[in-house]
Formats: sequence, C-alpha cells, structure tokens
Amino acid sequence: MTAIDVTPTGAAAPEHIPYEPPRQIRWTGTGLLLVFLAVFPLLFPNPAVTSIAVITMIFLVAAIGWNIFSGYSGYISIGHAAYYGIGQYTVALLAMHAKVPAGWDTFGLLPVAGLVCAVAAVPIGYVVLRVRRHTFIILTVAVMFILQLLAFNLVSWTNGSGGLEMSFPTWQGSYFNEPFYYVGLVAAVVACAASWWVRRSKYGLGLLSIRDDEDRARGLGINAARTKLIAYAISAFFVGVAGGLYAPFIGSVYPQFGFDPTFDLAVAVLVFVGGIGTLSGPVIGALLLIPLQQYFYLQFGNANLYLIAYGVLFILILRLLPAGIAPSVTQLWRRVLVARRRAAARSRAVPALAVQSSAVQSSAVQSPAAGPPEAPPATAAVPQAGGDEVAR
Amino acid sequence: MLVLQAIIDGILVGGFYALMAGGLTLVFGVMEIVNFAQGIMVVLGAYLSYALFTHLSIDPFLSLVITMPGMFLIGIAVYWSMIRPIKQDRVIMSLLVMFAVGTIAEGILDLVFTSNLVQISTPYVNNSFTVGSLIFPDIYVYAFLMSVVLLAGVYYLLYRTRFGRSLRASMQNPTAARLVGINTDWVSAYTLGIGVAMAAAGGMVFGLTNSFDAASSYDLISRLLAIVIFGGFGSLSGALIASVLMLVIQDVVAVVWSPTWGQTTFYVILILILLVRPQGLLGRKAVRAQ
Repeated sequence: MTAIDVTPTGAAAPEHIPYEPPRQIRWTGTGLLLVFLAVFPLLFPNPAVTSIAVITMIFLVAAIGWNIFSGYSGYISIGHAAYYGIGQYTVALLAMHAKVPAGWDTFGLLPVAGLVCAVAAVPIGYVVLRVRRHTFIILTVAVMFILQLLAFNLVSWTNGSGGLEMSFPTWQGSYFNEPFYYVGLVAAVVACAASWWVRRSKYGLGLLSIRDDEDRARGLGINAARTKLIAYAISAFFVGVAGGLYAPFIGSVYPQFGFDPTFDLAVAVLVFVGGIGTLSGPVIGALLLIPLQQYFYLQFGNANLYLIAYGVLFILILRLLPAGIAPSVTQLWRRVLVARRRAAARSRAVPALAVQSSAVQSSAVQSPAAGPPEAPPATAAVPQAGGDEVAR
Repeated sequence: MLVLQAIIDGILVGGFYALMAGGLTLVFGVMEIVNFAQGIMVVLGAYLSYALFTHLSIDPFLSLVITMPGMFLIGIAVYWSMIRPIKQDRVIMSLLVMFAVGTIAEGILDLVFTSNLVQISTPYVNNSFTVGSLIFPDIYVYAFLMSVVLLAGVYYLLYRTRFGRSLRASMQNPTAARLVGINTDWVSAYTLGIGVAMAAAGGMVFGLTNSFDAASSYDLISRLLAIVIFGGFGSLSGALIASVLMLVIQDVVAVVWSPTWGQTTFYVILILILLVRPQGLLGRKAVRAQ
C-alpha cells in the first residue's frame, strides 16, 4: 500500500495543501506590481491619467486602512469618512495656522493627520465598539454625521459650508500629479506593511478570532475591547493619511466632501470586491475598480448613467463572486491543485490496489481512474475539495 | 409658547417619520436586513405622487391608492430578485445589495426627473388654522391623521390577522416558523412590500412638505436609521416613540438654541442612550449570534 490512503469513495485524503499560493509566486507578483506602480507615471505621463492614478492611490491607502479594522475584525464601519474628514481638516488647518508652505512640506503633515485621527479614534472607538453588528454600523454613520454637522457649525474653525482653501504647490503643471502619486504610493506600501503585520502577528490572530466568534475569543482570554480599539485606531490612522493627501490635491476642504457619506460605501465596495479580510483584497479592489469607476464617469459623461452602471456592476460582482476576487482566485487555484494531486494519487494507488485484491478495488474505485495521470479528475470530487475551505 | 409650538410641530411631523421608519424596522425585524434603500424608496414615493399630481392632477392623498400598491409590488420584486438569491452572510450582503439598489434607483430617478429640486404644491399646501396662539398647518394635520390611520392598519394587520401572526412568528424564530409550516419567504416578501409601501405614504408627505431631489435620500436614510436604532431594531412601537421624540428634540433645540444644532443634539442623545441601552428603547436584548 502506498502512503496515500484511498477511501471507499475514491477520494484521496488530501495531504496538506496550503491555502495561498507559494511564497515565490506571491513575492514575485508583489515585486512586479510595485515596479509597475513605480514606473506608471513615466509610462503614462498624461495629466488626465496621472490624476486618476493619484485618486486610485488615495483610495488604495484608505481601503487598506479600512480593511485593517473592518476586514480583520468583522465589524463593518460605514463611518470611517469621519477620519477621512478629520485628516483633511487637520492638514488644511495646520497648513493655514502653522504657515506650512504648499509643496513638499505639506506632505510632512500627513503623519500628523494620521496621528490626530488615531487619537480621535480612541474615545470614539470606545463608545461605538460597545455595540455589535447593525447597531455598530449605524453608530459609525451617526458619529460621521455628528462630525459633519460640527464642521458645518463650528464656523470660527472650519469656515462652515464655505470650506477651507489650500494653496496649490507651485510645481509645473505637466508633472503636478507625480509628487502626490509617489507620496500616495509610499503611504500605500506602509499601510500594506501594517496590514501584513496585523495579519501575521499574534495580535492579529486575536483580531481574526474576534471576527469568527467574539464570545469564544473572549472566553479564550483575548481582551476583545482593547484588541478592537487598537485595530480601530490603526485603521483610522491610514484613513486620516488618505484624507490628508486628498485635501492638498484638491486644494479645498468642505464638510460634505470631507465627511462624505458615500466615501465609506465606495471603500467598502472596493474591499468587498477584492476580498474582505484578506491582505491583497483591498489592493486588487482599488486598483481595478477606481480606474474603472473613473472611466465609466468619463465615458458616460452623465453622472446618472454612471450611477446605474456602477450599481449594476456591484450587484453582479456580489452575485458572481460573493467572497471577492482574491479569495475566489485562491480557491480556484487550490481546487485545481487538489484535483491534480488527487488524479495523480489515484493513478498511483490503483495499480497497487489491483495487485492486492481485485474484488475490493472494483468497488473502491468507481470512477474511471485508469486513465493517464493528466486525465481530467472526476467532477464530483471538485465541489468536495471546496467544502473544507475556511470561509473567506 | 414657542416651546409648546415646537413640541406640537415635532409630534405632527414625527407621525409621518414613524411611517417611514416603521417600514424600515418591520423589514429588519422579519428578515434581519437593513433596507438601506428605504431613503430612495421614500423619494420614489414622493416622485410618483408628484408625477400623478402634475400630469394627471390627482390629489397627493388620493394618489396613495395607486402608489402604495405599486410600491408594494416593487418591494416584492426587490425581495425575489435581490434578497432571496443571497446565499451567505445575509446581514451584511443585503445591506450592500440594497445600497446598490438605491444607487441604481437614484440614477434612474435623476435621469427621469432631473436633479432640480421639486415640491408637490397643492392649493392647500400653505393653509393653516390656529387654536389660541398655536398654529396648525393643515397639511401636517392631514398627514398626521393619515399616518395614524395607516399605522393603525399596520397594527391591525400584525396583531389581528393570520398573516400578522405568521409575520410575528417569523420575527421571533424563523426556523421554528418554517417548521410549523409558515412560508417565511413569502412572509419576508410581503413584509418588504409593506415596508416599501409605508415609505411611499411617508414620501408623499415628504414631497408635500419639503422640496426634494434624488439626493435627499442620503439625509433621509441617516435620520431613519437613527430613529430605528433609537427605538430598537425590529420594534414598531419603538420606532413610533423614537420618531416623535427625535422631531420634538430637534424642534425644541432649534427654538431654544439654534436651528443648526437640532440634528446634532439628536445624534448626541442617541449615542448617550446607546451607551446605557445598546439595544435601543424597546429593542430586545441582542442574543448571541449563531
């Protein structure tokens, strides 16, 4: 008998098959993507293209940040625009009162904006994280609207609905977008690193266990409140940085665009499409969807058709890839791998069994397994392979 | 006196907010989904009444005879085409799907009616009568009476009919309801229909008392969700009390302090209450999921 155990249904007990592609593929892919993103503005220097690229980077940072909390903890926040807005106002107000000149110096304010958001997230998180599920979702929205109303009403600080103006840097128009793009790229890489750390660390394991079953996680000794609050603050930091990058790029801050109710839905859509709670999901989602969205917007030239097309696309993606692109692709990859190993195992196992007892063999192997090793695997085995996947 | 007037205004306006929020909370109670499209459904109801009034000069209150059944059918169609096919993680997925439905509806409404603000302007829209020194605008009084009648109808449906019993059973325990032979799918579909029809009625009043466009739905849905949380998810009586309280608080703060702080105060009170009572005023205590 070979090492591979053949169960009566003909399904080989799979040896350990990893849930993600091997390290070489992942690192090569990441490296190629980074190189591509680094040279992108050199390849397409058209300002219309690079401005889309800057917006993409801003949403990329925000999506990775959002995913660190909502993806890993399972608490869906639709109120992270609160930190997007705080980040924008922090940068605009600091630039105004501390007389930071427009240009590279403004980017020095980004970590400050992030820190202000992280600090603000602690008391807010303390309140909103006391509740779960829907109530949590709605509370985050409520907090965001409170801040929006404050921005409207605290006229002496924020100039109310008049908004704040930021002076544009004096870079030449032809490469105006590039500094924003590269700063955004650096921020995205840092955010990715933070996301990777959270995902791999013992701390992150606690966070993921809260997503799967909070009560059981607490039973196992995880300080759920603190774990969630830390993730909430980290994610607020990156969303704040995204906001801090957006304000000088657009050159103005308004309450309704800073604390924008549609911002979070846009970010949530990106992450859901890419694959929520995964490291690569927000990246895939943002890099695919934002350019597509901008393309739709330019293509139709009509905001309403664009809304309809976007809504339909969103429903289609939810229907076809409910788990998101990244998990669906890995699942498919794993399924192929499992099927291939099974076919290989069968072709090795069958002759061995045939020697031992032909009577058992005829009932044990029902599928035509005597074919060549490359033969397509029995289709019935494929859904079974997917059955033992971890959800998401 | 101003405060008394504000309280009365709050109660009158709270009546039709109760209709819209009641639809939201019923849907949540039965199938645990947050109908994020309720805001745009209200606006759709308002636009339908507006179109019937401007093109066929049908009185808005009368137009409900047409719009409410129409919206009821839309609700059922949305359930079967959008909610029913969701296989996993219904709570979150349905929220996103309903958001997408809302986006599509917003696009269509903007295409058909353009994004100019409109208002249903019947001849009696500015009439009012006074009792002592208190002013009662006709339209708010009519709207309040209509809301009371419709809500009484919903209560009758819920507590005095066979369908209502099935609905409450599905609310309490969907699995057990299915076991005793209730078709929870159709109960859910009808509930979404009823919820959306209530939005149509509320929307008609909204269109009479506010100028609106498709983007008004964002403001509406955030208010409605706040009301529903305040009252407790899935509790109809909670939604009624919460809508009246919200509007009264808002109006009183507007009179005593400044109109700009009205809504902020409400949100602040909402958060303070949730710190003490996370399940809302009349909500059931959340049981452990699973």
